[in-house]
Amino acid sequence: MLLNQFLFLAAVLFCIGVYGVLARRNAVLVLASIELMLNAVNINLVAFGAYRHNIAGQVFALFVITIAAAEVGVGLAIVVLIFRNRASIALDEADLMKG
Amino acid sequence: MVAQNVVFGILAAVMILAAWRVVTTQNVVRAVLYLVVVLAGAGAQYLLLAQEFIFVVQVIVYIGAIVVLFLFGTMLTRAPIGRDVNLDNDQRWLAALTSLFLLGVMIAVLFDAFHNTHVKPTIQRTSDVANSMFGPYLMPFEVVSVLLLAALVGAIAIARRD
Repeated sequence: MLLNQFLFLAAVLFCIGVYGVLARRNAVLVLASIELMLNAVNINLVAFGAYRHNIAGQVFALFVITIAAAEVGVGLAIVVLIFRNRASIALDEADLMKG
Repeated sequence: MVAQNVVFGILAAVMILAAWRVVTTQNVVRAVLYLVVVLAGAGAQYLLLAQEFIFVVQVIVYIGAIVVLFLFGTMLTRAPIGRDVNLDNDQRWLAALTSLFLLGVMIAVLFDAFHNTHVKPTIQRTSDVANSMFGPYLMPFEVVSVLLLAALVGAIAIARRD
């Protein structure tokens, strides 16, 4: 297997995630797109770990998964709070800090 | 090696299609369920690279916990479940342009750096992961556990009613 096939797959997934973050207006779906991007990074870490025969790739992918879990927990708490205060989680309506 | 490449191709096609549906479907629950397909495909790719422990963690943490959190999030925010609504904002074309540009840059750089580099996966056992995580990487492990605790307390403090 070529290393590049995994890296290209991860790059495509990452760019789809970027598109989702920029184009979605539902906050939950923006968080889901961020998960896509984190997953692409994990594929990269694991592929490089397999290529170098080094365990560090897998260990750091585990750390990324842990941090993704923490991020989703806090992010969804914020989304629920926004919904409670404004009765909407559309991101283009949450413009309180707009200059 | 050929069989592995065929499996990789099928998995990659399914993952990219499902990821595309995640960011384009106009149904919140369906988007989250397509995310499950992408996450399971990523787990299968880890298995293809002979890294078993991360596959198990992917299934347990991502598909088991994070997707359930997402479904709870859609439920608690009273998203239009089962109905199709407009979930995209008006900068869709700009977003597509940005991500295509990023994809072009990344593909060019990766092709330049790693073309003709082959992966020959060797099995990395769970005991190796444990020895590594509780040996050289003990300090990051402890830091991550403190971070998880802080995120737990923070999520409860943010979301509770008072």
